[in-house]
Amino acid sequence: MAPPRKKPSKPRKSPKNPKRTEPKHDSSDESEEEMPPQQLELGDDGADSDSASELSSDGDDPLADDFLQGSDDEEKASGSDSGSGSGSDSDDDDIEKKSRAIDEEKAREEEDAEAEMQLNINQESDEFRLPTKEELEEETLRPPDLTNLQRRIKEIVRVLSNFKALRQEGSTRKDYVEQLKKDISTYYGYNEFLIGALVEMFPVVELMELIEAFEKPRPVCLRTNTLKTRRRDLADVLINRGVNLDPLSKWSKVGLVVYDSQVPIGATPEYMAGFYMLQSASSFLPVMALAPQEKERVVDMAAAPGGKTTYIAALMKNTGIIFANEMKVPRLKSLTANLHRLGVSNTVVCNYDGKELPKVLGVNAVDRVLLDAPCSGTGVISKDESVKTSKSLEDIQKCAHVQKELILAAIDMVDANSKSGGYVVYSTCSIMVAENEAVIDYALKKRDVKLVPCGLDFGRPGFIRFREQRFHPSLEKTRRFYPHVHNMDGFFVAKLKKMSSSKPGAKPSETAEEEETTTSVKEKEKSTDGIKENGNVSSEPESKKMKKRKFPSKPSNGLKEKGKESSESEPKKRMKRQFPSKEEISKAREEKRNALREKKRKGSKKQQKQK
Amino acid sequence: MRPLDEKETSAVFEKLFKFVGNNLKNIVENPSHEGPDSNPGRYCFRLHKNRVFYASESLVKRATNVARPNLASLGTCIGKYTHGGSFHLTVQALNLLAANAKHKVWLKPQSEMSFLYGNHVLKSALGRITDNISAGDGVVVFSMADVPLGFGVAAKSTQDCRKLDPNGIVVLHQADVGEYLRMEDEL
Repeated sequence: MAPPRKKPSKPRKSPKNPKRTEPKHDSSDESEEEMPPQQLELGDDGADSDSASELSSDGDDPLADDFLQGSDDEEKASGSDSGSGSGSDSDDDDIEKKSRAIDEEKAREEEDAEAEMQLNINQESDEFRLPTKEELEEETLRPPDLTNLQRRIKEIVRVLSNFKALRQEGSTRKDYVEQLKKDISTYYGYNEFLIGALVEMFPVVELMELIEAFEKPRPVCLRTNTLKTRRRDLADVLINRGVNLDPLSKWSKVGLVVYDSQVPIGATPEYMAGFYMLQSASSFLPVMALAPQEKERVVDMAAAPGGKTTYIAALMKNTGIIFANEMKVPRLKSLTANLHRLGVSNTVVCNYDGKELPKVLGVNAVDRVLLDAPCSGTGVISKDESVKTSKSLEDIQKCAHVQKELILAAIDMVDANSKSGGYVVYSTCSIMVAENEAVIDYALKKRDVKLVPCGLDFGRPGFIRFREQRFHPSLEKTRRFYPHVHNMDGFFVAKLKKMSSSKPGAKPSETAEEEETTTSVKEKEKSTDGIKENGNVSSEPESKKMKKRKFPSKPSNGLKEKGKESSESEPKKRMKRQFPSKEEISKAREEKRNALREKKRKGSKKQQKQK
Repeated sequence: MRPLDEKETSAVFEKLFKFVGNNLKNIVENPSHEGPDSNPGRYCFRLHKNRVFYASESLVKRATNVARPNLASLGTCIGKYTHGGSFHLTVQALNLLAANAKHKVWLKPQSEMSFLYGNHVLKSALGRITDNISAGDGVVVFSMADVPLGFGVAAKSTQDCRKLDPNGIVVLHQADVGEYLRMEDEL
């Protein structure tokens, strides 16, 4: 009825509100929550009531209060309604809040997930980190974790192949290589020396290929004995027996490779009858390089068990003569047995140390020599795993020393003027430079030989330089074979042609010194003859040869003096290495000259006197 | 290494004659192309450390350079002298014998392995046999593919073989190529 619900215009409200709110504030502290909204509304309503009953309100405040209180109840009711409305509003707010909270959570989770993913990606594509010292110590205490090692090896190879991009800050290439070496030796079982040598020879990726190839065996090969059968016939017979085989490659007409076999391939009747020989493919190569002709004289200096010797005999069709030498007595039996089994009849088997052979068979006596030198065997690790751990630097050097002596003996045996020959083939089943290129280089310096092409074009040329060593450039005609490239055992072949029998002894060494002393002895004899007979022409070229720089260029007054100079130059040459004695020699020379002059004078005086 | 003396030569030739008969002439006078000369030399026998070797003359000449303790083999070894002084042919002579054999026997494929293990040849193993073998003759054993497998002594003549029961021994084993694997050290 009364227009308390009318909402007055605001200017009327405002002055009255502070009045009304203040007392109300004082009175009611407890229900502040409800009061303020109600207060406002009360204030509004109060304003309404005021506006409605302006006339009466100024006068009767208690009435107004009562009125207000009455309206209070109403207001309270409305307040409660509005409270519940705001409660429902606050309910709505809660839901909104909750949904907002859920959304926020979701967003947070997504962010986290993304962040994790980023982190994971970063970790995977992150540079491979070298293990720290503590980690390495831990590893040595535990038994070796093979998968971890393998993973680390692969990672290091990856880093090293793209070093600039993938390297870890602060680590040098050497650190990575050292760690790789350690891991490889633990994983594959190599000793430190051998893995160090291999790392020096190959780039990292190839090194891994080589090591993997060494772990697997090479396929079994056999060589048809052309003295008794042909490859096609043999292949037919063996296939009938149940052997799965194929021709070896296009570079061999007698080789067959065996994949698998139902019968033992080394015990078939054909094997026993001598139709074929079990031999590794790499063993064909030196004989193919040697290319012996019919009716030649050939020496095989390290022949057992006889695979190469019998191949030589087959190529020569049982004509000519082969000397098969073997130093170790137990191996002689297998050599003779194989020779007889394969029907070789032109061979003499002897048991000497290879270095003595030139004395036995004569110098410059044969047409061709094959030297398959005893070596460290680093190329045949797939056959003999003990090589991985048993070879050290001293072993290699010992082998190299023996090989150098043997190759000189081989060269001495060959006849340089042979009509059809004059060749030495040197081969080893090793991949070490010290046993291969270094030995050939030594031979080139010590004897008048030169390298010729082997005829095996599918191999890799030998090293011309290796680390700090520099070899003769013709060494690129030698050939190297590797298991991971050619599917053969590691092998090295070199073919030398002897040009003449002279021995240019340039560098001092044991054999060189012997040569020098022997030739200087000869020279001495010649020069003493020269003094007597004035035949100094022969001694001059010798002396010229022996000392290139040191031929005395002093003017020689007489032939006698010349002869004496050449004889004196020998002690001079021998004492070449001790420089102070030059002065002594010149003094001695002066004295002798004076003595001669006096003799002359005396002689002439005597003649004058006699006259 | 020295040439054979009378007694030794007769012993060797006797054994060879059992196997090759008149072809002995071929063996002794075989022209050899092993020397560097174009004139073929001849083959000869030499005795070295109780073994008899068959080699061409040029080979023998060159082999004289090699000292006695260091010479292991020369050409083809055909047999050796036992402690008792008798001469036995060894399997390494097979190539020589097979080329000049008078009496031959061919084995069936299934029975090859038995002979190669050193057993005697039974009648059931026979594929083919040359006629006019008499007991005590030397016989060379082949496989059906004409691969020489070994040699031995005939136990029965050819006619008797026909009457024999399948388990009867036809050829007494003396040497076979399986010895290269079984007895390499004793060769």
